[in-house]
Amino acid sequence: MRKKITGYHVFSCLNILFMLGVTFVTFYPIYYIVVASISDPVALSQNYGLLWHPVGDITFQGYKMVFQNQGVIAGFKNTLFILVTGVLINMIMTTLGAFFLTIKGPKWKNVIAMMVVFTMYFNGGMVPSYLNVKELGLMNSIWSLILPGAITTTNLIIMKTAFEGIPDSLTESAQLDGATYWDVLWKIMIPLSKATLAVLVLYYGVAHWNSWFSASIYLQDSAKYPLQLVLRNILLLSQVENMAAGVDIWEITKFVELLKYAMVVIASMPIMIIYPFIQKHFTKGVMIGAVKG
Amino acid sequence: MKNCNKLQNFMSSTVKDMKKYYGAYLLVLPVVLYYVIFAYKPMYGLIIAFKDFKPGLGIWGSPWADNFGFEHFIDYIQSFYFGRTVKNTLTISITSLIFGFPAPIIFALLLNEIKAEKFKRVVQTITYMPHFISTVIVCSMVVMFVSEKGIITSVVSMFTEEKGSLLNHSEYFVPIYVISGIWQNLGWNSIIYLAALSGVDPSLYEAAKMDGAGRFRQTVHVTIPGIMGTIVIMLLLNIGGLLNVGYEKIILLYNESIYETADVISTYVYRKGLENFQYSFSTAVNLFNSAISFILVMAFNKISKKVTEISLW
Repeated sequence: MRKKITGYHVFSCLNILFMLGVTFVTFYPIYYIVVASISDPVALSQNYGLLWHPVGDITFQGYKMVFQNQGVIAGFKNTLFILVTGVLINMIMTTLGAFFLTIKGPKWKNVIAMMVVFTMYFNGGMVPSYLNVKELGLMNSIWSLILPGAITTTNLIIMKTAFEGIPDSLTESAQLDGATYWDVLWKIMIPLSKATLAVLVLYYGVAHWNSWFSASIYLQDSAKYPLQLVLRNILLLSQVENMAAGVDIWEITKFVELLKYAMVVIASMPIMIIYPFIQKHFTKGVMIGAVKG
Repeated sequence: MKNCNKLQNFMSSTVKDMKKYYGAYLLVLPVVLYYVIFAYKPMYGLIIAFKDFKPGLGIWGSPWADNFGFEHFIDYIQSFYFGRTVKNTLTISITSLIFGFPAPIIFALLLNEIKAEKFKRVVQTITYMPHFISTVIVCSMVVMFVSEKGIITSVVSMFTEEKGSLLNHSEYFVPIYVISGIWQNLGWNSIIYLAALSGVDPSLYEAAKMDGAGRFRQTVHVTIPGIMGTIVIMLLLNIGGLLNVGYEKIILLYNESIYETADVISTYVYRKGLENFQYSFSTAVNLFNSAISFILVMAFNKISKKVTEISLW
């Protein structure tokens, strides 16, 4: 007996087609960039419309030029430093703040909690923050990218929620045995909240990796620029003139588009490679973040 | 005399509290210092919105602005830029809300109907991906695709006579901004709804089936009410941020020829403050913006509390 085709079957088929469509639209721009980055620049400039495979002879000239670029290499190094130092400071500060807010007893706890939460809804804004950094003497220093953002309050609330999930009995019995606050934090809270800690490391890490705006207003010395700012100057402001020393100008104009495509690929690569492995932590992070603070 | 006693009591109990919990206070000290220096000191700096700030004189030493300190606010409201920036801010954020808010909900509902687990996972992995591309890179991709020879431009030019980059035509800015935003965040923003969907009690579906509800009625009567709480909270968060249009992305994408549709309050604050160094004026515009934002969050939270008993705090 043949099964009857119901409305639901039709819906299921359309649904699968729709999902394929969404997936294609999401993926194609990324694919296009990769394919374009190894195409022949002349053939590429004559090509209109969609690309399915590299046009002309495959060339890696774009990639070669990216790696010859001092700015990009310095940018990678600067970003690495900011990322590691920044995340370390972020995690220490966030953990300390979150832990304090779970301690029972201190009279000033509520005042401090209010002081923390209020900053989620109101802040000094662009110019006062800028003047503050200036006044503190952090201008043109890489610390101007690390210290002002040492804590993201939403992350602190996420951490606090995780700490609160740990049974009081554990901390209380430890304290009866003479454990200090530091012991409780280090030996009970942190080992029991590894998942949340990992998620916050990722959140802070991605934020540092993506950041360019602060650098553009605080840093004057281009040797200190993080990768994203270097990329913005080349990709969006087209400051390519002095970028590849030793390569003649004709070569640059010929390959400049290729260089941009290659640059996009290289700059997104680190996160794209690790992303599938850590996707599940990120997903978990969204869920943790969704818990009411 | 009575007040004096009260103060004394307060002081002695504070000292006692500090002694008892000094370990805890010691741990939180760097955090408090951070908030004082990097959050509250700039808030104090907001005073310059009511002054004619001169860096040499300092915040307190600078003279007060005219009109009881409100000169800069009046200047802004009377200027041509007031109408334009407010209109653009609202247009961009409301368009983003109308299209960008329901999109992940619909996507999650449809994805939830997919039974082939493997296919579902592939779709998820790929649609989450753009979230991890940095703003600078996303904007660079947009610029490439809508440039004179870009693929999007070549599609659009089949229907219109436009020449050159679409980013030089003011009517395309809002669609470019909103669509690229959806492209980047559709999958990612659906995660939270997928999580809510998996939390819906399966016995409710059984009960609905018993009552003769088809798939569609089940969705309307079980699934959607099941994730309503999440939807309302997300909506509240979105409305609260209505005036905080992501200026980074706009600064990366816009240019002088399309300020007419692309210049929002925060980009105007940026240009006036950090490019033209009109510190006081820029701060006044910013303060105007954050004050209204703050009121919006409070108001919508209150409304939601009344209507749905769901609130952010």
